[in-house]
Amino acid sequence: MKWIYTKNNRPVRLADIPEMTMDELRAQIVGRCREGRRVVAFFGMPNGRTETVYAVLADDEANRLYISSGAMGRERRYQAITPEAPRFHIFEREFYEDTGITPEGHPWLKGVRYGHDRADHEKTMESYPFFTMKGEEVHEVAVGPVHAGVIEPGHFRFMCQGEDVHHLEIQLGYQHRGVERLMVERYDRSGIHLAESIAGDTVIGHATAYADAIEALSNVEISRRAQAIRAIALEMERAAIHIGDLGAIANDVAYLLGNAVFGVTRTLVINTLLSLTGSRFGRGLVREGGVAFDFKPDHVREFKEKLTKVSRDVELMGEAMFEMASVLSRLDHTGTVDFEAATKMGLVGPAGRASGVSLDVRADHPFGIYRFYPVHKRTMLSGDVFARSYMRYIEIKQSIEFIFEQLDGLPDDKPLISPLHKLPSDSLVVSMTEGWRGEIVHCAVTGKKGKIVRYKIKDPSLQNWYGLAYALRGNGISDFPLCNKSFNLSYCGNDL
Amino acid sequence: MINTLKIRKNQGEQAIPDVTRAEIRPPFRGLPAVDGSKCGRCDACREVCPVGAISARPLAIDLGKCVFCGDCARECPEKSITFSTFHKIASTSRDYLVVDGAKNAEEYLSGAIEARQEIKRLFGASFKLRQVSAAGCNGCEWELNACGNPNFDMGRFGIEFVASPRHADGILITGPISENMAPALEDAYMCTPDPKVVILAGSCAISGGVFQGSAALNREFLDKHHIDLYIPGCPVHPLTVVNGLLKFMGR
Ligand code: SF4
Ligand code: SF4
Repeated sequence: MKWIYTKNNRPVRLADIPEMTMDELRAQIVGRCREGRRVVAFFGMPNGRTETVYAVLADDEANRLYISSGAMGRERRYQAITPEAPRFHIFEREFYEDTGITPEGHPWLKGVRYGHDRADHEKTMESYPFFTMKGEEVHEVAVGPVHAGVIEPGHFRFMCQGEDVHHLEIQLGYQHRGVERLMVERYDRSGIHLAESIAGDTVIGHATAYADAIEALSNVEISRRAQAIRAIALEMERAAIHIGDLGAIANDVAYLLGNAVFGVTRTLVINTLLSLTGSRFGRGLVREGGVAFDFKPDHVREFKEKLTKVSRDVELMGEAMFEMASVLSRLDHTGTVDFEAATKMGLVGPAGRASGVSLDVRADHPFGIYRFYPVHKRTMLSGDVFARSYMRYIEIKQSIEFIFEQLDGLPDDKPLISPLHKLPSDSLVVSMTEGWRGEIVHCAVTGKKGKIVRYKIKDPSLQNWYGLAYALRGNGISDFPLCNKSFNLSYCGNDL
Repeated sequence: MINTLKIRKNQGEQAIPDVTRAEIRPPFRGLPAVDGSKCGRCDACREVCPVGAISARPLAIDLGKCVFCGDCARECPEKSITFSTFHKIASTSRDYLVVDGAKNAEEYLSGAIEARQEIKRLFGASFKLRQVSAAGCNGCEWELNACGNPNFDMGRFGIEFVASPRHADGILITGPISENMAPALEDAYMCTPDPKVVILAGSCAISGGVFQGSAALNREFLDKHHIDLYIPGCPVHPLTVVNGLLKFMGR
């Protein structure tokens, strides 16, 4: 047996994970990826003086996850997987930066986040050699890390020929706070609070992934009611950000009415979340074992009333905006990522779905209440800013419908927070959720004493940042803000 | 056109007419009410607090560390910690952020922001800030953006976030200040013309928040420069920000 199969949130014992040489693992991975499986996690864990490498592949159609491992010899190099399975590109870059083990033949081993615990401190942000371009009409534009607006920092270098962007190189890492390490050191005191702050716009998404992982390890099934409340909050988060982003996109095409109306509508959504949780972002709601706040009949009434208005306003505004010629002329055929490129890069979430990549954890590897109410996957084909915007519009409506369905049938089992058991020793769990940006993956590994010894986090941004860089090729530099908003990626989620 | 008019009519007037009087509804967690006399010294609150914000004798909460998660209030069997919805919690003094039972909302507010004539004279009518996110998680950043939206609309008071530090009267920092962002923060500060102010927004900026003590941070900036205003929250609520800034400007 070369792989052990499991499912989302179903722990396996480390001893049951097959182990092979790194060469064998590589051959296995390449073979399975040819059959259509795809990577969701790939990380190293120190094992004495060497390293054990864990690979998690997903079979999305069969709702299955496959795990295997490789023992790194003393050579500290292996033949890169990326040339055969391009989706691995960012995972191998990250692996190389973390461990110093070289994937030979990888086309581009640039640092992913310049973490404080990276293997090679000689490699710094300042000394990184950017790509350059030569020619008569060639010029470079560099922006960041501090940008013009109130946003997180990152550095962008546009290599342009006249007005057109030939290539955009993105440098991240400024937001590195050492989250994965802190998770190991402090999970029993502040794990959930850290999870809520991995990306502050994805509080519920990451908190759910973390809580699911801990609950699965401790073999506790939380109440249906708690599951439903988490899912309602997750969809509120999705709707709120999508609405906010539509406003930002409207702003970037100088459609100020859209900006104002979507902005105000988003406020309504997050203030409604506050009426339940005390926080506009739902902080404090998801806790290990369940949720900290319950829906009273008043809440149900209020959620329905507010969301009815939101739904109407979004529809009115959306129909007007997506019909307006001056808006469409900016969105259509801008920043196109076709299906093939999106698949190769491994795009996830609405950005992927806008290019026809049919992935959605809620449908493919359902968790919590989604196991009983799977979400219907929607995709578009054009892969441009229009598709990435319109996808959001579709998803807002989908989320609101889902919330109504849940509110009408809220299970009334108990408790709100179930007590947890001690974590098992030497186990690994993969916990996936579908945040508003796409697939979130948390992997937790416990050691001999049942303590977490490795915590690996993947925000959807990790894969999608490269999609943004790619989308800009051949576009005018003035289209950058628009492309950027249509992806709206997380710096913190990448930098951890 | 007809559609546009319909949408405008449907939306009506959205700005909060008087932000200084606006209230936030429960269960929002603003200024905590701490009653040490009820405390049975079981330490449940201190055990559950993720950031070490609670001190025992006297029972007090440091709003500069607190992430307003509410876990302590839920765990306390004596109800000696509860959270009010009072949101005007910004202060010009770091020590002032430590609240014990002695201060209720009005008392807290009366001493929170020390009015400085020179600030009022220089920035009272127009206050432009360069925001620097130094590993802020995007929670505080979203809320700062919201300060300018049609609801809170701080632009009507002459407060604005500007694109360049060279156009700014001060720096407003979010996030725990990562090592990787420390040089850029210092640069932004240096590029801001004198006289300038420094404002910290969010528990990350004030104390490191949930990331306090991480080896990936470099908070030397805070030792080097004077901090003029602290705005607690995780994230900061727009009303806390707007009211804090207004009071600071002497309005
Ligand atoms: S609300 Fe503040 S003081 Fe209470 S547990 Fe949370 S962080 Fe600590
Ligand atoms: S204070 Fe809270 S919301 Fe603000 S940056 Fe820190 S973790 Fe994010």
